[in-house]
Amino acid sequence: MTRALTSLFPRTAAASEIVGLVVVLLALMALFGSLSDRFLTGATFSSIAFQLPELGLLTLAMFIPILSGGLNLAITFSANISGLVLAWVITWGGGADAGLGVIVLAVVAALASGVVIGWALGAIIAYTGAHPILASLAMMIFLRGLGEFLTRGGSISGFPPAISALGQGTVLGIPAPLIVFAVCVGLWALLLNRTRLGFSIFMLGSNPEATRYSGIDTRFTLTMIYALSGFMCAVAGIIMASRFNSVRVGHGEAYLLITVLACFLGRVDPFGGFGRVSNVVLALVILQIIGSGLNLLGTNQHLATALWGGILLSVMVARYLWSRRGSVGSVGSVRTKPSPSTLHQGKQQ
Amino acid sequence: MRRFLPRLTGTELWLSAVIALIVVGLSATTDTFFTLVNLFDILNYSAVNIIFAAGLLVVLIAGGIDISFAVAASVVQYLLATTLMQFGGGNWVSGFALAIGFGAMLGAVNAAMIYHFRIISIVVTIATFNLFFGLLMFATGGVSIYLLPDWMVDRVVLFEQETAMGWAEITLPVAVMAVVVFATWLLLRRLSFGRQLFAMGDNTEGARRLGINIGAMHYLAYCWLGACAGVAGLMQAHYAQEVVPNALYGRELEVLAAVVLGGARLGGGRGTLLGAVLGLALIAITQNGLNLLGISPYAFRMIVGAIILIAIAMSAETLGLVNEKLRRFKASAGQTGVAK
Repeated sequence: MTRALTSLFPRTAAASEIVGLVVVLLALMALFGSLSDRFLTGATFSSIAFQLPELGLLTLAMFIPILSGGLNLAITFSANISGLVLAWVITWGGGADAGLGVIVLAVVAALASGVVIGWALGAIIAYTGAHPILASLAMMIFLRGLGEFLTRGGSISGFPPAISALGQGTVLGIPAPLIVFAVCVGLWALLLNRTRLGFSIFMLGSNPEATRYSGIDTRFTLTMIYALSGFMCAVAGIIMASRFNSVRVGHGEAYLLITVLACFLGRVDPFGGFGRVSNVVLALVILQIIGSGLNLLGTNQHLATALWGGILLSVMVARYLWSRRGSVGSVGSVRTKPSPSTLHQGKQQ
Repeated sequence: MRRFLPRLTGTELWLSAVIALIVVGLSATTDTFFTLVNLFDILNYSAVNIIFAAGLLVVLIAGGIDISFAVAASVVQYLLATTLMQFGGGNWVSGFALAIGFGAMLGAVNAAMIYHFRIISIVVTIATFNLFFGLLMFATGGVSIYLLPDWMVDRVVLFEQETAMGWAEITLPVAVMAVVVFATWLLLRRLSFGRQLFAMGDNTEGARRLGINIGAMHYLAYCWLGACAGVAGLMQAHYAQEVVPNALYGRELEVLAAVVLGGARLGGGRGTLLGAVLGLALIAITQNGLNLLGISPYAFRMIVGAIILIAIAMSAETLGLVNEKLRRFKASAGQTGVAK
């Protein structure tokens, strides 16, 4: 009986999380629909479908490091650098007249650069015991400087039509970037739930020391986590380049906070170890709807920034109040989570 | 006397060595670096960052992290300028009092969210960073204030000496920096509050069971940083003679990287003022050197980022690890030698 209950419990908990997020989603759509006549129209949903993938891909890049108990603050600039690599290869291969071979080469080079950046970051974190926040922060400063130095703060444009089709075209009426995003979501779900590496990532987030003792090469796993994150940044960089039809260092910088917000709204544990791709995708849709809704209502850009901060705080406060409500009355409700100030303490070596 | 001399531990010793190397290199390659004028310039320029660093160190030692402080300083600058203009200008005393008050208030917002709602500090401060900055830009429309009270923008020179290169001056921010660093040292090393902050950062649950008031310690740490940020904001406005809403935007990452480079542990319980100052000195001297060597300003960030990355990769802990491995290797080599 007890076993049946415990095996049932995670499923019902996951289901209630999804129901909760769907309710929020519907409520928001009703709210914006009543505030603006133009919200519940095809045009809005089409623009959401085109905008979601950029933010979504970056969120997937943030998701795995958070799952492992870390953070990758370098995601937006990694994406920029990969975009730059794409742009250089295409410019080298003839700019707007570049052939298919050059485009494939450019995409491969961009993905490879993302993986190399992520791998370097992961290796620093894994082999020196540096804190992920510090290492990714330094990497972010470095990548931003590198990008600004190489482009002198300007932008690179002039891509062949095939590239813009990737960012702006549709296949069977579905926006191409949305298809790329869906494939990446599937890839991440498969990787996390069906592979050895995925299982090690969850374990590493729960308890790095125990993971090491159970015979898993934690250093390799950590390096892979950031290499995967870098790969996803590169995909985001390519999509961003094709959507704007240009690459500039600093594009998408504002997404950094929103990716963190999406992960926490999607109930990823801030200390690592627990989180589901499906919830994060739902959270992303919610955030994109808020973003588009605010945009449609003509909200000032800076006020929107402040609102993002306010929303993040309210989500975390609501989660705390919700979890406390749940634990009141339970016998011996010992806080098993570390308290806020012992941030990542166990992971420091 | 010995007690007052800081003992150089691993990180600090290593950082001092790197700084010494850079200083020697720059003195040899440029004839402007090792002059009183340039050294005082570095000091005047770094004063604001060191004030930030002293406050941030307290939060890091207490086991938290804060990335909202630089933006909070900008908010304080605006609140300060508007309030002072409202009440006829004010003076240094009211200026400092208001800066400390407003700063501590913003710090208390962070502390309240972190302590009462058990949200991890990085999430809270990412949120308040956006909240503060968004509201500041929205409220001001991005417009700078150039009309500041006279006392605030008049340069205060505390020490000056004429050299072949011109006047070498030490200005007010340096003195304020010295006071803030001394006060922080007093808090961390001479008051029981400081001991309690270290204890909380090292083991929150243990500290709580010892009877340390965890809530009060959270407020102390974040309000201390807030007050330091307020003072730094006032000093920056004094130094720049204007208030620009995004002038300090991005400064937090530079300071955070430098303080952690100086040996403060993300996760709490460890960190020294000397280390934080050395971390900032490394970055300030590097930037100054790059400038004197005529390197493109576009490359500055890249080089500073690379230096931090290399410093992380070659930190004392890593060197210790390598050393240990070498010793083990030697030991095992010795053993096999005996076996043969």
